[in-house]
Amino acid sequence: MAGSTPTVSEYITHHLTNLTFGKLPEGFERADGTIIGDGGAWVMAHGGAEASVMGFNAIHVDSMSWSIGLGIVFCWLFRSVAKKAETGVPSGVVNLVEMVVGFVDNTVKDTFHGQNRLIAPLALTVFVWVLLMNLMDLVPIDLVPKILQLVAGVHFQKIVPSTDPNITLGMALGVFILMLYYSIKVKGFGFVKELTMTPFNHWAFIPVNLFMEVVGLLAKPFSLGLRLFGNLYAGEMIFILIAALFSAGALWMVPAGLLQIAWGIFHLLVIPLQAFIFMVLTIVYLSMAHEDH
Amino acid sequence: MPELIYVAAAIMMGLGGLGAAIGVGLLGGKLIEGSARQPELAPKLQVTFFLGAGLVDAIPIIGVGIAMYLIFVVAG
Repeated sequence: MAGSTPTVSEYITHHLTNLTFGKLPEGFERADGTIIGDGGAWVMAHGGAEASVMGFNAIHVDSMSWSIGLGIVFCWLFRSVAKKAETGVPSGVVNLVEMVVGFVDNTVKDTFHGQNRLIAPLALTVFVWVLLMNLMDLVPIDLVPKILQLVAGVHFQKIVPSTDPNITLGMALGVFILMLYYSIKVKGFGFVKELTMTPFNHWAFIPVNLFMEVVGLLAKPFSLGLRLFGNLYAGEMIFILIAALFSAGALWMVPAGLLQIAWGIFHLLVIPLQAFIFMVLTIVYLSMAHEDH
Repeated sequence: MPELIYVAAAIMMGLGGLGAAIGVGLLGGKLIEGSARQPELAPKLQVTFFLGAGLVDAIPIIGVGIAMYLIFVVAG
């Protein structure tokens, strides 16, 4: 996007590129002709090609800052409401927060049958945080990137953290670590027995059982992260495509606007639903970790 | 052969939509059956229905997203 009008595929690729900060190897020639000196350099990437050269030594600055920022918003909002809460009839934002807390509390009581004081706060955090990250999908896609480009000269910006697989799989990895921790803590040696002796309870089937159980265990966090990522990525992709319709001429403006509204309304269903599913599956997986046979 | 990308996208969307449609159809039918048999359970069943529909829905939506990416970015 160097001033000239981009084609549709350039526009889409531009919107799907993260703002990446990472280390370029020495001798690499950048887009503006400069060559990286000895020992490499830590810089902001200009485009996908530089980001892929960075490999593992890179961080998506936009995803990290938006997700951590939304996490801070969540903590601040719920803390300020918790300090204001009293026994009278609640109103406004207090009412909303009490509804969310009550809803999550009921879901946890219905789904989780073990004894653990961590699960309900964890479920609340997961639900509200994922919901806030997904809600960024409803912000008009060009608004924030364009403002940042004009004001601060930042070229790439993806404001929906849950369209970044690193964020969703990172959250799923956190759930996976908790699953392993509680499996070992609650079941002890029973966890090893569960991995080796089910579904065929015979010593000759240990390799088969182990393979099946380990695949089943690893598939849980993987599908958890990919489900959230895939839904939001596909939604964002279609928002971008509809936005690209506006470049097709004045005739297309009204249909494109209507499509944008229709897809936005559909997303009002998808966004809380995916946050809810992420939360419920987190509780279910942790509940399974607590079940001792 | 870039034309095959369009065929791939069409198969992806078509089969994904077919499977999910059957799945959601079964789910909705069973929800109606269940709540006709025991109307007092209807709100509880509805929550479970939406959870199941969300799980089933994910696959075709992901398929549509990947298909759109193939059509407009890889082939375009």
